[in-house]
Amino acid sequence: MSQKGPRLGEPASLWRMRIVPIASVMFASALPLMLPLIANSPVLPPLGLLFFLCWQLLRAEMWPVWIGLPLGLWDDLFSGAPIGTAVGLWTLASIVIAYSSQRIYWRGFFHDWAIAALLVAIVQSLAALITHPHADMGRVLGLVVPQIVISALLVPLFMRLTGKFDNFRLKRR
Amino acid sequence: MARPAHRRPGQSRKAQYSLFAAYVIAVTGAVAGLLLAILSVVDPVGFAQLRVASQEIAAPVARASRSVIGSISGIDDTVGAYVRAGTQNRRLRKELADTRRELVATSSLQEENRQLKALLKLQETDKTALANGYLLTSTSTSSKRIALLSIGRNLGVAAGQPVRGADGLIGRVLGAGPSVSQVLLLTDVDNIVPIRRARDGLPALASGRGNGDLDVRTLNIANNPFKPGDILVTSGTGGLYPPNIPVAIVVRRQDDGALARPLADPGKVDAVSVLRPYTPDNIEAQGLPGPAALAPAKAP
Repeated sequence: MSQKGPRLGEPASLWRMRIVPIASVMFASALPLMLPLIANSPVLPPLGLLFFLCWQLLRAEMWPVWIGLPLGLWDDLFSGAPIGTAVGLWTLASIVIAYSSQRIYWRGFFHDWAIAALLVAIVQSLAALITHPHADMGRVLGLVVPQIVISALLVPLFMRLTGKFDNFRLKRR
Repeated sequence: MARPAHRRPGQSRKAQYSLFAAYVIAVTGAVAGLLLAILSVVDPVGFAQLRVASQEIAAPVARASRSVIGSISGIDDTVGAYVRAGTQNRRLRKELADTRRELVATSSLQEENRQLKALLKLQETDKTALANGYLLTSTSTSSKRIALLSIGRNLGVAAGQPVRGADGLIGRVLGAGPSVSQVLLLTDVDNIVPIRRARDGLPALASGRGNGDLDVRTLNIANNPFKPGDILVTSGTGGLYPPNIPVAIVVRRQDDGALARPLADPGKVDAVSVLRPYTPDNIEAQGLPGPAALAPAKAP
């Protein structure tokens, strides 16, 4: 009997399982620079960062803790922030997530939401401060506040989207 | 979600080491990344090539999406316009009446100016643009305001060239790639433009606030001479920006200067032109002394 074709109930290919999360974060990072939108202020939520955090909250052990280095570099190339900002901040964020997933025994939906919102707020504020070191601190933080509020409200949506991608990632043949 | 089970990798030395190594790589990389970020704030030119490469990737998609959707401009502006519609309408009507009156006065001045210039046999300086393009897209997730221009080195665009739209100054070229270049918009926090008040030549500095508005400060701090409705134009001081490009209109007085709105909204301009940087030899060639000259001119 031939074993060439895909068998019923066989797990998804390893390639798909690895590529889908990374590709989704990379695409989300690059998307804002592909839209014909000339923004006068940071109007869009940091799409790449949201997917990055949601994947780690959903699948705690999928990525090694240093995955923020390459993905952050990719995000820096498109976000306009000085190169290295997201490399550092995203990696620190994933260390925080790894730590919190050890500390909190039964992490629920609201835990995830709070962790993601808090991390987005910290990462975006620090990134803004690194980008404009000489400017007035209060004003720079005031710039990113609307974006942080929008991002915090959008976290559940991104969780859902990540879940959809995850279903596709693991879909059996 | 329950706590992941495999966090402590048990007795396997190999697994323990690889977990430890992952953390070492992560922490070292994060620290190195932050140092790199500080370095690239200090020296933004050094990393420009990396960024140019990524923009060359994004540009074709931006071109395609722009041709399909058209330009989405100022979401925040649109929402704000609804909120302020009533007061804005009243204010605009008043402004329109004032402007009409001024226009009549200006047209007579223009005629007088033309005659005087003819008398002095002065010529307009070469105001033609180096190249024309359009703004493709911009960064919209970070606090940096950088837009992508549809032309690059292929049409002679280079770093440090001023960019203007029909209504006024847009910004300056930060770096140029083979077919796209990045423009630091006027409203970026780090963009400072030497300006003067069009009416009387009062020198001032405009710096971006990062949210679409500009801060205007005079060079003498003693008094605050600005009034809402003052038009600000570039002064040409210090080179780079040629004089007399419209920059902004004063919206409100502040404690230490004024709040101004740029006259050219980068989200709404259709085409922009890249100008020659205003260099000292251009300044020497300029025949008219004083900042009160209405248009740059040079001796034939």
